[in-house]
Amino acid sequence: MSRSPVTDLYRIDDMLTAEERAARDLVAGFIDRDYLPKVGRWFRDGKFPMEVVPTLAEMGVFGAPLPTEYGCAGMNNVAYGLILQELERGDSGLRSFASVQTSLCMYPIWQFGSEKQKRRWLPEMAKGRAIGCFGLTEPDFGSDPGGMRTRARKDGEHYVLNGSKTWITNGSIADVAIVWAKVDDGDSKSIRGFLLEKGMPGFTAQDIHGKFSLRASFTSELSFQDVRVPAANLLPGVQGLRGPLSCLNSARAGIAFAVTGAAIACFEGAREYALSRQMFGKPIAGFQLTQEKLADMLQEIVKAQLVSLRLGRLKDEGKVTPEQVSLAKRNNVKAALEIARSARSIFGANGITDEYPAIRHMLNLESVFTYEGTHEVHTLILGKAITGLDAFGG
Amino acid sequence: MKILVTAKRVEDYESKIKVKPDGSGIFLEGLKYKINPFDEIAVEEGLRLAAKHGGEVVVASVGGKEVQEQLRHALAMGAHKAVWVNHAGPLDQLGVAGLLAKVCEQEKPDMAILGKQAVDDDQNQVGQYLAELLGWGMATFASKVESLESDAEKAKAPGLAVSADGKAVRVVREVDGGLDTLDVQLPAVVTTDLRLNQPRYASLPGIMKAKSKPIAELTPAGLGVDVTPKLTITKMAAPPARKAGIKVPDVATLVEKLKSEAKVV
Repeated sequence: MSRSPVTDLYRIDDMLTAEERAARDLVAGFIDRDYLPKVGRWFRDGKFPMEVVPTLAEMGVFGAPLPTEYGCAGMNNVAYGLILQELERGDSGLRSFASVQTSLCMYPIWQFGSEKQKRRWLPEMAKGRAIGCFGLTEPDFGSDPGGMRTRARKDGEHYVLNGSKTWITNGSIADVAIVWAKVDDGDSKSIRGFLLEKGMPGFTAQDIHGKFSLRASFTSELSFQDVRVPAANLLPGVQGLRGPLSCLNSARAGIAFAVTGAAIACFEGAREYALSRQMFGKPIAGFQLTQEKLADMLQEIVKAQLVSLRLGRLKDEGKVTPEQVSLAKRNNVKAALEIARSARSIFGANGITDEYPAIRHMLNLESVFTYEGTHEVHTLILGKAITGLDAFGG
Repeated sequence: MKILVTAKRVEDYESKIKVKPDGSGIFLEGLKYKINPFDEIAVEEGLRLAAKHGGEVVVASVGGKEVQEQLRHALAMGAHKAVWVNHAGPLDQLGVAGLLAKVCEQEKPDMAILGKQAVDDDQNQVGQYLAELLGWGMATFASKVESLESDAEKAKAPGLAVSADGKAVRVVREVDGGLDTLDVQLPAVVTTDLRLNQPRYASLPGIMKAKSKPIAELTPAGLGVDVTPKLTITKMAAPPARKAGIKVPDVATLVEKLKSEAKVV
């Protein structure tokens, strides 16, 4: 189920290995058969479809790039990016679930966890029997995580956590939360990651309501009131902001790949609609204004795919830098958002309903534009890389 | 038990097929390919039988090197090994059956399960030829009594029931107006209908494992089969395009047209 020759104008398919194509086509088949027919309803009802989790787990989507010894598929980063692209072609909420599970939870446990923590969590998370979430952002600290207020105070063989986190995907359904906190009133260098388990006294999660974006996904606030966490639940392998930032870097690379899926869904849907929708006695695809929109969309999709493919290859070669990730996330999310808006306009009035995919993707991408490093933060990361001057403080 | 299944490479039924103006074939540019859906059902059935009774599933295909993609797909679903008959030239159904018969002689399966037909040329011949060439019993259009939504389906139980002594297989066939139940002595050829099972998704670990599963390469010459086609396609034509419907102003005109033009009332 490779892309149609119209969408794959640059034959990017030919640049993929047989396994990479097979991985993509596997997930694409699931999305077409089992997800897309129902997503409009899930989005409308503001519900993440838990029933798809076992199927995705059986296919090996969770933790796909992690090694087989922990029950994962051991795919490369390009294959994983393509998997995310197809999930996002379904809905960004579904892809966010997989990104959080894999890049923000399984990845840090694998990278920074003890062998015991890995053995306990990774196979269960790969099977979808344990769901994870990632707590970094706080009500007052988003782009500036170093200012976080959540504290962990050492008390014998335990740490006592106090504070709160917000905008946490999967928060209310998670069995394990990776929570980043400053230890013993230290500065950002004292930040450590803790594995908080569902049901620990003082640890609660509440969903955020009133969202107009990522409706087919749970977004929550976490709160910690004197939560006693065994010292064995601390991630031993990392200290300071490097921990959470390396997770984000891994997730952001996936997002750069993923959003092309939303863009493709919007482009292909809009093209099909424009070819069938008649106005003034001919298909609206025959009008120059529509053709310009479609040409702009395809051009941006081709560029975004080439950037993310190169980024995936660099990651697989171990050469990727945060600046490269920032450029890809910044370019691709912006492009996808504009494609979704443009597609919405081709669908006309029909485009504002959930019968057609454009407005759902458009609303979702507003979140993606802001999360995982806002568009603005990525601008500053690139600005610093270009000039050597740090503009984060203003 | 050992089961041989097939994996023909066919044009994706979701592709737009266009016939060349001179009728010599179809435009291949931009076409997508996948495993013949009936063969995918055969692979699934083979896997379920192997899971229930023990044994292995061998998947076979004939074609140029591109058919390895379909073999890998079956391997990723769980087939144990693959046989690829490398032949890029023209083939007819008897040629394919001749090659598969030789493969069966080498592999000695207890059962060969094939799609009842391929969705590209819809010939519905290879399974029948194969049974004839091998002198095996045959049951075509295997279906299943239980609904696909049943618990049994969910448990991925095979739709083909092997007898307790392992010497026969019971096949339920859909025929006009009912079901036909056959017991066929093994070894046998079974061809699958649409409602035998719902093929599983492959898995990402399966795709990775498929990389290291063996694909044995054979050739028609090596197997001693002359595949010179006895059947040639002389012309292809697209079905006539449907005419646009018309709108009638009132019921009276509709009834009049149903009488005079459609002649149905």
